[in-house]
Amino acid sequence: MSAAVRGGSGRQTAAAWILTLPFVVLFLAFTAGPVLGSLGMSFTDLRQRDLRTPFAVNGVGLDNYLKALSDETFRKAALNTAYFVLVGVPLTLGLALAAALLLDRGVKRFQSLFKVGYYLPVITSIVAIAVIWRFVLSPDAGLLNTVLSWIGVDGPNWLASETWAMPSLIMMAVWRNFGSAMIIFLAGLQGIPQTVEEAGQLDGAGSWQRFRYLILPLLRPTVLFTSVTTGIGYLQFFEEPFVMTQGGPLNSTISVSMYTYQQFGFGNYGLATSMSYLLFVVIAVVTFVQFRLLREK
Amino acid sequence: MRRTWWIYLIAVLGLVAVAAPFLWMLLGSFKTQGELLRVPPTWWPEAPTTQNYDDLFSKANFPRYFLNSTIVALAVTAGNLLFCSMVGYALAKLNFRGRNALFVVVLGTLMIPGVVTFVPLFVLVTNAGLANTYPGLILPFLVSPFGVFLMRQFFQGLPDDLMDAARVDGSGELGIFARIMLPLTRPALATLGILTFLGSWNNFLWPLVVAQTEEKYTLPVALALYSTGQNAQNFGLLMAGAVVVVVPVLVIFLAFQRHVTKGIAITGIK
Repeated sequence: MSAAVRGGSGRQTAAAWILTLPFVVLFLAFTAGPVLGSLGMSFTDLRQRDLRTPFAVNGVGLDNYLKALSDETFRKAALNTAYFVLVGVPLTLGLALAAALLLDRGVKRFQSLFKVGYYLPVITSIVAIAVIWRFVLSPDAGLLNTVLSWIGVDGPNWLASETWAMPSLIMMAVWRNFGSAMIIFLAGLQGIPQTVEEAGQLDGAGSWQRFRYLILPLLRPTVLFTSVTTGIGYLQFFEEPFVMTQGGPLNSTISVSMYTYQQFGFGNYGLATSMSYLLFVVIAVVTFVQFRLLREK
Repeated sequence: MRRTWWIYLIAVLGLVAVAAPFLWMLLGSFKTQGELLRVPPTWWPEAPTTQNYDDLFSKANFPRYFLNSTIVALAVTAGNLLFCSMVGYALAKLNFRGRNALFVVVLGTLMIPGVVTFVPLFVLVTNAGLANTYPGLILPFLVSPFGVFLMRQFFQGLPDDLMDAARVDGSGELGIFARIMLPLTRPALATLGILTFLGSWNNFLWPLVVAQTEEKYTLPVALALYSTGQNAQNFGLLMAGAVVVVVPVLVIFLAFQRHVTKGIAITGIK
């Protein structure tokens, strides 16, 4: 604050206006505006044919929300999304933490090679990954079932099976995303002073005890952060079913985002925005709950 | 020393599990359709062919999609570097009314999923006559709350003394920003630039909605539509397409990986 206050604030205000104006204009038009517009639209019967006259539509109150909540496919989509998040997030974070510990405590040479390698899928287009994984998961000529056949397991027809389609997409998501949380865990682990562990060692704590009672509590802020960001990402589950299954078979992989997109495609703009707002509310609530749970222990 | 060999074994096995699908894609893109369907599958292409790439660049219009992706990603990156550093500096270093409110609003929107805004955004862009145009693809992404946050954090770490010294020497406020402070943020700009470029290159939902004719498809849109459309059975073409989408990203990432991982570690967002 010091320099800012001393520097004569009239000139600073003028400079601040010039520096923030382009951002504020773009932000209002393309982020803040649409967020509010979406809320407004969700209470109307806006359809594709009204595209040119978005302000001349009828308010329908909570109809869209009630329609979404009583729609069986929407419920199925919500359940699938919950399934994806509840199984996918712990698996992703567990694998990320294991990889971070492996690299931070075990691997002394070639550490950055492994770090970069594990991170590669994160920066790869999800569409390309989905294309690759359709071959990995293909029933006969696929990589996964070929590997499974070496150990005598007869793999299922992953994406065409109602039971196995979701696990397939979760497997792919975990494979793709754990590197992102791993990097954050690595930064967190490097922030823990060596002396903490040395003290534990002197007190006779084994490696599991040192992890459980010394490292994990100190990592709490990092765990909070990764679980929130991973959770937000997984709640928006869209590209995987879009490219891999189109929500099938028999809606077994349809997600809230995917169904929202389908309703948009059918021209039901009011309904689609109400669904996306329901998703947003869930994201906000889940984030809030995660903060409370991990803060208070 | 004895303890470490199995740790390396696990690390290497992990690397194999991550890399295998990529290698399989690369090798598969040089196989014929017949070989791709063979059971059990082959690892190395028996009779390597570039037919898939030839088809990609002649029958399918991949040079066009590649150009579109490049134009959009470069424009989005330039916009973010310019506008996010401007507003990030103002939020970190200038004293003005509404500063805290602006920052809170920016932080708040970090959490809002893209699916919430895309319908009204689509209505807006369509009504502005920007559907199926480059501005329609670019404008909504010229600034990002993430970029503002990153730049603000970095500017906050720079000492105020530099600004004071420049003020004593008679520099104007904008000159202090452009000539003294901005050059010091080169590492942050590199991080933001690379992350923005990768994000834009891989962006999917918005280009899928806005690019309505083939001339405006970006690579991920083209690949997705090919893989679900009538070419869905042309496996060699799809694998070659995936290679074309992925390889530029891998090259950029490997060249600048320090900046990417640093940005993730600072802000935790990809």
